[in-house]
Amino acid sequence: MLRYALKRGLSLTISLAVASLVIFFVIEIAPGDPASFMLGINAEPDTVAALRTELGLDQSKLQRYLGWVGGMLTGDFGMSYTYRTPVAEMITDRMWVSLPLAIYALTLSTLIAFPAGIYAAARRGKPGDMAVMGATQLGVAVPNFWFAMILVLIFAINLRWFGAGGFAGWDEGFGPAMKSLTLPAIALALPQAAILARVMRSALLDILGEDFMRTARAKGLTRRQALWRHGLRNAMIPVLTIIGLQFSFLLAGAIIIEQVFFLPGLGRLVFQAISARDLIVVESVVMLLVFAVISVNFLVDLAYALVDPRLRSRT
Amino acid sequence: MTLLNISNLSLRIGTFEILKDVSFSVAPGEIVAVTGESGSGKSMTAFSVMGLLPDTAEASGALYLEDQNLLDLSEAQMCGMRGKNIGMVFQEPMTALNPVKTIGDQVMETILIHKAMSPDQARDRARALLDRVGLPEDRFPLGRFPHELSGGQRQRVVIAMAIALRPKLLIADEPTTALDVTTQAQILDLLRDLVREFDMGLMIITHDLAVVADLADRIVVMRHGELVETGSTQELLHNMQHPYTKMLFAASNHQVTLPQAPAPKPLLEVSGAIRDYPLPRDGLFAKPKHFRAVKEVSFTLYRGERLGLVGESGCGKSTLTRAILGLEPLQGGDIRLDGLPITTEQNPEIRRRMQVVFQDPFGSFNPRHRVDRLITEPFHTLTDPPKGMARSDLITETLRAVGLKSDDAQKYIHQFSGGQRQRIAIARALITRPELILFDEAVSALDVSVRAQILDLLAELCEAYGLSYLFISHDLSVVRTITDRCLVMQKGEIVEAAPTEEIFSAPQHPYTRALIAAAPQLPDLNQGAA
Repeated sequence: MLRYALKRGLSLTISLAVASLVIFFVIEIAPGDPASFMLGINAEPDTVAALRTELGLDQSKLQRYLGWVGGMLTGDFGMSYTYRTPVAEMITDRMWVSLPLAIYALTLSTLIAFPAGIYAAARRGKPGDMAVMGATQLGVAVPNFWFAMILVLIFAINLRWFGAGGFAGWDEGFGPAMKSLTLPAIALALPQAAILARVMRSALLDILGEDFMRTARAKGLTRRQALWRHGLRNAMIPVLTIIGLQFSFLLAGAIIIEQVFFLPGLGRLVFQAISARDLIVVESVVMLLVFAVISVNFLVDLAYALVDPRLRSRT
Repeated sequence: MTLLNISNLSLRIGTFEILKDVSFSVAPGEIVAVTGESGSGKSMTAFSVMGLLPDTAEASGALYLEDQNLLDLSEAQMCGMRGKNIGMVFQEPMTALNPVKTIGDQVMETILIHKAMSPDQARDRARALLDRVGLPEDRFPLGRFPHELSGGQRQRVVIAMAIALRPKLLIADEPTTALDVTTQAQILDLLRDLVREFDMGLMIITHDLAVVADLADRIVVMRHGELVETGSTQELLHNMQHPYTKMLFAASNHQVTLPQAPAPKPLLEVSGAIRDYPLPRDGLFAKPKHFRAVKEVSFTLYRGERLGLVGESGCGKSTLTRAILGLEPLQGGDIRLDGLPITTEQNPEIRRRMQVVFQDPFGSFNPRHRVDRLITEPFHTLTDPPKGMARSDLITETLRAVGLKSDDAQKYIHQFSGGQRQRIAIARALITRPELILFDEAVSALDVSVRAQILDLLAELCEAYGLSYLFISHDLSVVRTITDRCLVMQKGEIVEAAPTEEIFSAPQHPYTRALIAAAPQLPDLNQGAA
């Protein structure tokens, strides 16, 4: 198990190194000078020159790459050109919104999807299964921003249980902060839950046809016991894969939901940075997201090994 | 006093009648073998007793275990019976265990689910059971996972689970079909000993009549969901009444007469063939190790010769076959077909002269192509494949040669039975008139009566086309009748090579002797069967 973890850890480090090279050189290869791109076509030549010095564009490529990576490793992500604040600070602020939102949404999605998927699989072909499958079909088809607007309409405007948008901030305490994240988390979670429930159901149905499920029944287990004791853990591999992908998506892909609820999250930051051509911010946030995605995959790999002993011995 | 009494059991799924008025009984300590070909309903009879039928199945009649009619019990009551009063062992030991749970947990589960003991006692009992079925603690601690065990060892775990609560009745559904002969002999011995020890009734389902004759006290022969004949083993073997029973036993021991092989002239020459598989590295930068699956194997197959290759799973016979077909590279030595070296590079000339027939008649055809297209697939190896009339004439001729009709050419593969599919596979191999055909377990998946027909067909084709073939099989009785000479393979090496009759009548190598001794044999039936 330790060797498996070490091997996965090594591959994580290599992926990060490769990703940093790719991100750096894509921005490097992009036609034109980053400084004049950031300032737009009407910029004065001496402003461009000043920015070039500030960005360190007069250094060699290797020096700049090492400087950038070294900075990130020590927590120095550089200075945002548009906001004139350290990028690290901006990212930290946004992270405190995006990360809790992603975890909140993923928790909700899992809490909905697991029971729904198990319920449907246990009643394959019966009305309960069809109802769940119908609901998930709807969940997959309807975009999350539409859910978001419906939720705002019902819970914020009519019932007035929640605010229509904005983020209370963690200074106000845990309760109010979570409350302002609740509607966005639900809007994000519903489509994800629908996908996850379908994966859970089909993974379980595959397992139900396995020989060892029949063995379990021959031992005297009821259908339900066989499903819980032998089916669930075997069905976890595809489910974990999807959960990993969904977490990565929720972390960075919530732009529209953040827009609908006026949340100062990472998605909005990237969006604003791209619009303002603030390459320093874009570069750093993209690297951070890559880091998050790769780390999540690493955790998923470890979870695989916990679930399936065959992966532990096959290092 | 009977333990299990099945009377007038009928079973239907939808409008399809699976079982019709089946009646027989099993006494305590008695071994009853239910036998028959695929589709005879023998497994469904077992699942009826277990109450593990599909939801849509409707059973009628009576299934008495002692004084309880199992058909009257509710699902919850049946859960209380399964594992406790009736244990079951399945055909596929490789998939019958949950891969993510330890063998100890899985054996203990049978005990715990019926709340028969405290967890600590259950652990002790599981340990004792695994010891009893031949899995001692030093090599097989309770924390082992199924993937760390071989097929035979897994079957022992399944047996330990089934007998954990000393059920009155044990049902074994083809328990040794997926195992090698030596392992099969051990598992059958174990089952026999357990029956005697616990005074259980054993209902064993098997298609292998040699196993039946060897093991059972009583035999039940089934066909198309009906009971054909039943009686004590001795009586039934020596006094068969029903023509189907006679046919079944005759087919199991089917002998063919091969034409005389011509004077030896080498066709396939394998010399010093080595095949290594890389193993995972021990450390991150350690030198990768190799597993040598084929160790400097040399032999020659002569033109017109029918050569057999036998050995147990993992002995390297499949690897060797793939190397001969040029599907895998060699790490040493060489293989030549009529002087032409065989490599993994595509060589249409070699493909045309050497064809193969695989084991699975269901998986080796594209279901979307018609038979004419399927059997003419090897034409792409010809520089000038026949077209038009010549093509359809050749298709007709080849189909007739394998005992099919010319209008079968326009059908799809799902319209044929397993035996017919294997005929089509042979037609596909035959159509380019190859000099050598490899039969890789080509009759292993077939019922005995169908297998007998295919063996006859091979003998006829030998006569008509002067076939040379390499017949790879784990089934010694088939190899004995269908080959002139035989190679015995063990752990990647050929340990014995001699004319087939010599191998069987006077085996030299200890491994060959063990193989032949382990293979169950049909007794000589003095009552001449049809």
